[in-house]
Amino acid sequence: MPKLLTISPVTRIEGHAKITIQLDDNGDVLDARFHVNEFRGFEKFCEGRLLWEMPGITSRTCGICPASHMLTASKAGDEILAVSIPETAEKLRRLGTLAQWLQSHALSFFHLSSPDFILGFDSDPAKRNVFGLMEADKEFARRGIRLRKFGQEIIQILGGRRVHSTLAVPGGVRDPLEPEKRDYILSGIPEAKETTLLALEVLKKIHLKFAKEIPEFGNFRTLMVGLVSKDGGLEYYDGGLRIQDGNGNTIADHLDPRHYSDYFGEAAEPWSYMKFPYYKPLDYPGGMYRVGPLARVNICDYIETPLAEAERKLFKSLGGSVGVANNSFYYHYARLIEILFAVEKIELLLCDPTITGTHTRATAGVNRLDGVGCTEAPRGVLFHQYTVDGDGVLQKVNLIIATAQNNIAMNRTVKQIAAHFIDGSKGKVTEGMLNRVEAGIRCYDPCLSCSTHASGQMPMHVQMVGPDNELLDEVWR
Amino acid sequence: MPNITLTLDGEQYSADANDTILTIAREHGVNIPTLCHLDGLSPIGACRLCLVEIEGSPKLQPACTTVPAEGMVIHTNTEKLQRYRRMIVEMMISEGNHHCAVCVVNSSCELQDLASEVGLTHVRFPYLFPGKSLDASHKSYAIDRNRCVLCNRCVRVCHEVEGAHVWDIAGRGLGCTIISGMNQPWGESEACTSCGKCVRVCPTGALIERGVGVSEMHKGEDFLKYIVTARNKKEWVAKGE
Repeated sequence: MPKLLTISPVTRIEGHAKITIQLDDNGDVLDARFHVNEFRGFEKFCEGRLLWEMPGITSRTCGICPASHMLTASKAGDEILAVSIPETAEKLRRLGTLAQWLQSHALSFFHLSSPDFILGFDSDPAKRNVFGLMEADKEFARRGIRLRKFGQEIIQILGGRRVHSTLAVPGGVRDPLEPEKRDYILSGIPEAKETTLLALEVLKKIHLKFAKEIPEFGNFRTLMVGLVSKDGGLEYYDGGLRIQDGNGNTIADHLDPRHYSDYFGEAAEPWSYMKFPYYKPLDYPGGMYRVGPLARVNICDYIETPLAEAERKLFKSLGGSVGVANNSFYYHYARLIEILFAVEKIELLLCDPTITGTHTRATAGVNRLDGVGCTEAPRGVLFHQYTVDGDGVLQKVNLIIATAQNNIAMNRTVKQIAAHFIDGSKGKVTEGMLNRVEAGIRCYDPCLSCSTHASGQMPMHVQMVGPDNELLDEVWR
Repeated sequence: MPNITLTLDGEQYSADANDTILTIAREHGVNIPTLCHLDGLSPIGACRLCLVEIEGSPKLQPACTTVPAEGMVIHTNTEKLQRYRRMIVEMMISEGNHHCAVCVVNSSCELQDLASEVGLTHVRFPYLFPGKSLDASHKSYAIDRNRCVLCNRCVRVCHEVEGAHVWDIAGRGLGCTIISGMNQPWGESEACTSCGKCVRVCPTGALIERGVGVSEMHKGEDFLKYIVTARNKKEWVAKGE
């Protein structure tokens, strides 16, 4: 008898979502879907607003990665003003992007995902959270929280606030960085570096501990998309798009992000509010691609900072003969490598004397009616496209969010994990099985999110329903 | 100049017989909240925030336009007045589109300050979310009617101080709206001198400079008293006159 399992809501992600798992007569997994059941509507209600407000409005898309939206909106604004922003402004924006990576990645690894790893997938769900982590390893949890705090502090120094800061504007950034504040940030670098290296050590032990489970965590070949610098290095603020296949072949390189709509299409499914972007030449759903840390660290030729570059080489060795780490579990590894890069690069940027320059803003009127901004948000490449009238009033807004670009891959990951870990033939699902399915989603650190762990409860409701709507089994947690 | 005696919140004061209750109260350090009132512009009693209770009178009176009579006993901060003032601000907020978090004057907005002053912690009325327009056709400024509270300051400063009379209020009731020129885009108004006085006196983020982002705009209407005082005292006289 076919059955449907529903996991709703999915916890320890940012936002509201559910997972449904369709079982066949034998209790085997037929299909599994990741449904995003929230609707935000930013593309619509930004219409009619002024271009200069967009960094502030779009940063409200998220409480975790607002700086990425602010920066991308400002870049789209630069395009519309047709200005080249001052050198110092670009460096401060780069600093903001890296601080955003740092705090968001730290949150994903330490607060949201590591409870699964340190305490175990099958551990008591009431304690499988950041508080349980504090009990189990106080120092590790403390370091993780402090690392995130460091990223947030940088954002606050640059833009006045930790969340929804006001650093960037079309044309540059609002305020220069004062030398005393630069020195303050620099004083935090050694501890941040130490914590990241410690986390990498812990993660490598996790790889060994879960060696049997990892191969089922979204292990498949897909296209990978991200920005690279002119010479192929890891890029986060500018650069061109590189598209690689699951075998490491570059199939397109240095594409101009302004023409993203030539390369990527967006499909929609009736069962989710999240769109399904795909690479146009391979159509939907064959054009499935992944973005974010896994893609970025896989596709770049090198990382410009020494410690991160050494880790990148180890990371690539996980990919076997093709040199591509295709397993979504390695998002966590790539994320930590990126934190390391961010810490190293922040130090480099701060040691550059021009970082405290006082000319940080270019002004201009509306010189183009269309602009695309593109940066690498923590979860992957982010596009904002604005069309304005001659007065700078928004006529059309298109936001392509990183998480959406992982949508097809997340669905496939859910299906793979469900097929491996869920055995519906016994008519019974365990909490640990479901947590593994959720953990598959958490690899991508999807930005739909809020940290429900803070409440100490996991409001997850799973029903196993027969074809005639008969409730076969039910799990609350 | 004739003087009168009146009682404000239990204290007896002597005052100029031509002064309004608001002027007298402020002279003696008695705070009465206002919004549409601005020193240097004519009082119109539009916002009703400065309503006071006068013993023997069944109606509440706006302090900004009421000249007291001899022996009046006035209460400026009763529980009833506090309740009414909160309700007025509540209605202003619920009938506009005031999204402070993404507003250019966030943290330096008179409506925000007022909400705090009258103790507004939440809005009980349903938000109307009206479809209001934004006009950015002026080369330096923009008007976002979503944030307008119809205080009429812009209309008055343009008419009374600048002498251009670009602004007016059209419509009635909930349909009231600020219009420029002959209800045409601001940028097409031939009367506008682009002086920016309307922007400076606007208490909210309705009249703004183009190019400013969230929380970036800080207004200040201090300029007004210097202009008006200087004009009244004929301090600005060209050489040779």
